[in-house]
Amino acid sequence: MTLRWDVALAILAMGLVTYLCRAGGYAVLRAVRTPPFIDALLRNLPAPLFAAYVALALSRQDAAAAIASIPCALVHLRWKNFALSIVAGVGAIALLRWAGM
Amino acid sequence: MVPLPSPFYTVPMRITFTRAGMMRGAWRGLPLLIGTAPFGAVVGVIALGRGLSLGETILMSGVVFAGASQLLALELWTDPPDIMAAAIAALVVNIRMVPIGAAMSFWLDALRGWRLWGSLFLTVDQSFALSVAAHREGERDAGFLFGLGILTWIGWVVFTAAGHILGSVVALSPQNPLFFAATASFVAILAALWRSPRQDVPPWMLAAGTAIAAQALRLPPPLPLLSGAFAGAILAAVRETRAPRLPKEENRA
Repeated sequence: MTLRWDVALAILAMGLVTYLCRAGGYAVLRAVRTPPFIDALLRNLPAPLFAAYVALALSRQDAAAAIASIPCALVHLRWKNFALSIVAGVGAIALLRWAGM
Repeated sequence: MVPLPSPFYTVPMRITFTRAGMMRGAWRGLPLLIGTAPFGAVVGVIALGRGLSLGETILMSGVVFAGASQLLALELWTDPPDIMAAAIAALVVNIRMVPIGAAMSFWLDALRGWRLWGSLFLTVDQSFALSVAAHREGERDAGFLFGLGILTWIGWVVFTAAGHILGSVVALSPQNPLFFAATASFVAILAALWRSPRQDVPPWMLAAGTAIAAQALRLPPPLPLLSGAFAGAILAAVRETRAPRLPKEENRA
């Protein structure tokens, strides 16, 4: 079990930033009210972030990945279960690869 | 429900923090662990694929304790690690948690010291959602959130470690369909955030288009991701804050 100091430092930086989001937000928002636009911006950041991520990830993969994303999304919309959606996505791409894509 | 004398309904009950409350929270969170397990295993496998040791994977899950940001940071991971890129990935994904603490002031305002700062550390999207639901049902014990958080934290560390161990035992090739699980996780998260075509299609398309364009312009990571995320979020925020307001209620009184 090794622990590189540079890897540990990157992880601790992530942990610090994440804790600041969790705790700092509570501490600051208790004292001041954020403007409605900033509030809306913070609330609306995750979805476009993941949309951008998926677009970039699919642009670097083959057509099978893009196709496999469809059952993955549909399964999640239908059953709202992350485990099932991931299984559907991985199963779909395994099937497509097996079929020769 | 057991009928209570009327004063119990009308007088707001004091917020407590007890072991019994923690147990109730942990009990309510137990079924959610089944959903967390595969996601944790995916993060463990991807961490292995990026060359992180088991100890480093456990450290990351223990101190960051935020799956989507861990996955994103690992996707952008380099060797040697880019500390700034990892911190930015964590910031952009987790900035959504800023309003969560304030939204749980119904319990947190009654806490001090380790109970408060520990509860904040242990808060994730699911425990937030469950806590709001429990509070609406009349739960007045802030230990609920803490107990739920501890259980989720232990589960998260165990599941990511298990994914790392499993991946090293099976020795997966980079072509293995299992690695599509990272993309599939984000597709599922995206599906979970879907509200309506009118609200979501324009910002999501702008985000995707901006990211792809930035990548085509050969901007270094994580700039394509960040420019896409902020372009989409700004559009969504502009549309939301400029939405036509409903007739004001207070004027009627």
